[in-house]
Amino acid sequence: MARATNVVDVTAVIATEALSMRFPRVTALDRLTLDIGPGVTGLVGSNGAGKSTLIKILLGLSPATEGRAAVLGLDVATSGAAIRERVGYMPEHDCLPPDVSATEFVVHMARMSGLPPTAARERTADTLRHVGLYEERYRPIGGYSTGMKQRVKLAQALVHDPQLVLLDEPTNGLDPVGRDEMLGLIRRIHTDFGISVLVTSHLLGELERTCDHVVVIDGGTLLRSSSTSDFTQTTATLAVEVTDSDNHPDGTGALRKVLIDAGITLVGHDGIDTEGLPGAGHILLIEADGEDTYDVVRDSVAGLGLGLVRMEQRRHHIAEVFRTEQGAAHTAAAPAAAGAVHPAAQQAVQQKGSGRDER
Amino acid sequence: MSAETRAAAGRDASRIHNIGYRSYDGPRLGRAYARRSLFSQTLRGSYGLGRSAKSKVLPMLLFGVMALVAAILVAVSMAAPDASKLVVKYTSYAIYLQAVIGLFIAAQAPQAVSRDLRFKTVPLYFSRPIERTDYVLAKLAATAAALFILTGTPLLILYVGSLLAKFDFADQTKWFAQGLVSVALLSVLFAGLGLVMAALTPRRGFGVAAVIALLTITYGAVSTVQAIAWETGSTGAVQWLGLFSPITLIDGVQTAFLGATSAFPGGEGPGAGAGVVYLIVVLALVAGSYAVLMRRYRRAGL
Repeated sequence: MARATNVVDVTAVIATEALSMRFPRVTALDRLTLDIGPGVTGLVGSNGAGKSTLIKILLGLSPATEGRAAVLGLDVATSGAAIRERVGYMPEHDCLPPDVSATEFVVHMARMSGLPPTAARERTADTLRHVGLYEERYRPIGGYSTGMKQRVKLAQALVHDPQLVLLDEPTNGLDPVGRDEMLGLIRRIHTDFGISVLVTSHLLGELERTCDHVVVIDGGTLLRSSSTSDFTQTTATLAVEVTDSDNHPDGTGALRKVLIDAGITLVGHDGIDTEGLPGAGHILLIEADGEDTYDVVRDSVAGLGLGLVRMEQRRHHIAEVFRTEQGAAHTAAAPAAAGAVHPAAQQAVQQKGSGRDER
Repeated sequence: MSAETRAAAGRDASRIHNIGYRSYDGPRLGRAYARRSLFSQTLRGSYGLGRSAKSKVLPMLLFGVMALVAAILVAVSMAAPDASKLVVKYTSYAIYLQAVIGLFIAAQAPQAVSRDLRFKTVPLYFSRPIERTDYVLAKLAATAAALFILTGTPLLILYVGSLLAKFDFADQTKWFAQGLVSVALLSVLFAGLGLVMAALTPRRGFGVAAVIALLTITYGAVSTVQAIAWETGSTGAVQWLGLFSPITLIDGVQTAFLGATSAFPGGEGPGAGAGVVYLIVVLALVAGSYAVLMRRYRRAGL
């Protein structure tokens, strides 16, 4: 999980400086200063946090009220067309005409990006294959599944081989399998294709697995910008579930005892996940400090002779990191206390939840 | 045996299994090229080329009607003994067949702009090098070109037919040129109005109805009022009433400047003075259409 951060020798792909965007009634961006390097960057924010406004400014489509922004070293205010030639954009909403085939549509979009006819055809065939569309690409888009449509949308953003793609909520509307495939594809855009990615999402969990870097904005201001490995290392939560055996009728309890003896920190209410999911009472939540924790858990389970049902990273923990940060920022609590507050706060939330269930 | 292995090894080496990602280092032709591509895509789309077979039916049918009627008129002209000119004037042709032209623009203007709006494809265009002006100009020019092909081809058939019939070359060429100028003006005007109506009503079907309504209702109203005015003896009003419908505008301009015979009641077309007003109104409508389209797309980007 400790992903090496090789963002050392690089120039910024996206840089903004005190970027503000004010509309008569709302302030969409408020003196936002960002520095995003190559790689996969997640842009997180709730609806109305300013994500779309930022993308619009980065594409040079609407001038910012104040401040400056540069994409690939080009000023958005003066080089909009040059930026749009080197950047791909995948909108959040549906944007495909149903009565043409994926091939025809993507070829047309490639030509709109300035590719000569022959190159447009070749690149289209290549790109559609890379996003995983094969024979169906000759059929009208109207008959495609949501997953296939998302792939076509991605293909049109990649067809002109941009240096950067802006993906707006690419996993929206996908089922878990489709979501995983899309995230894998996004990862490959950087690792295999060498294209930098800015991906927005409101599901923080999926960004931790995909992104090198996560930027959180809220109300048009920067909440946090950091490399994903930073906080997965310090605060990763592992969920472990084991079977019971004849020797240990309470397998979970036995494992907890062994793990505490091994010096591993448990999270939450005595390490038991009480979030109300089926079987949640048998899931131990432990804090993973690094690669060794996995080994300790494995060895402990094997030592007890129990069956390991699951050992997984809890997906929502980035959310928790940001929630506590946000809470700490809002209540202006002493920074030192923030860490200590965390488990107690979580417990309070859990108790509130279970109380509601009983009623 | 060794030869076999060598051959196999050779084949393996020459076969490329891993077709990984290839980056593109070729030329990027930029804005003007993208605008041209959009123009040709829209123009082809107007005749259903590059689209489903179903969408080829109507435009091709209308094109066929336009051409067939012209061919029949040529045949009739040639069959007539000692004929010295065609039975129809070049400038009258589009006026006679205005219903066909109206149907064409009503069906194809929504195709050109409403689809992009309805399926929200517009943001994909504006996230590319082209600007709003490029998009609007390409769509406008392509629709006007499609109309020009529709209205100009029958004139060409008439012209070729008249030359085969050995009618006076100089006269025919002059009239043909006048006819072409007239239908060019008509194409641009109808394209502008049609696209505006279609862009303002992106819902399926509504755009078609809106364009037909604009063309037929105004024409119906204008010709009715003109007829009443002429019957009641206010002939002076007839020429000014023509300003209020697209097809009578074209009629007025070509009567004033292009040697056409007006289809107004009693042939009361505008003279050169009123003709200038007609021309100004036509040009203002085209410019206005462009302005409205530009406004329409200001909000549609992303």
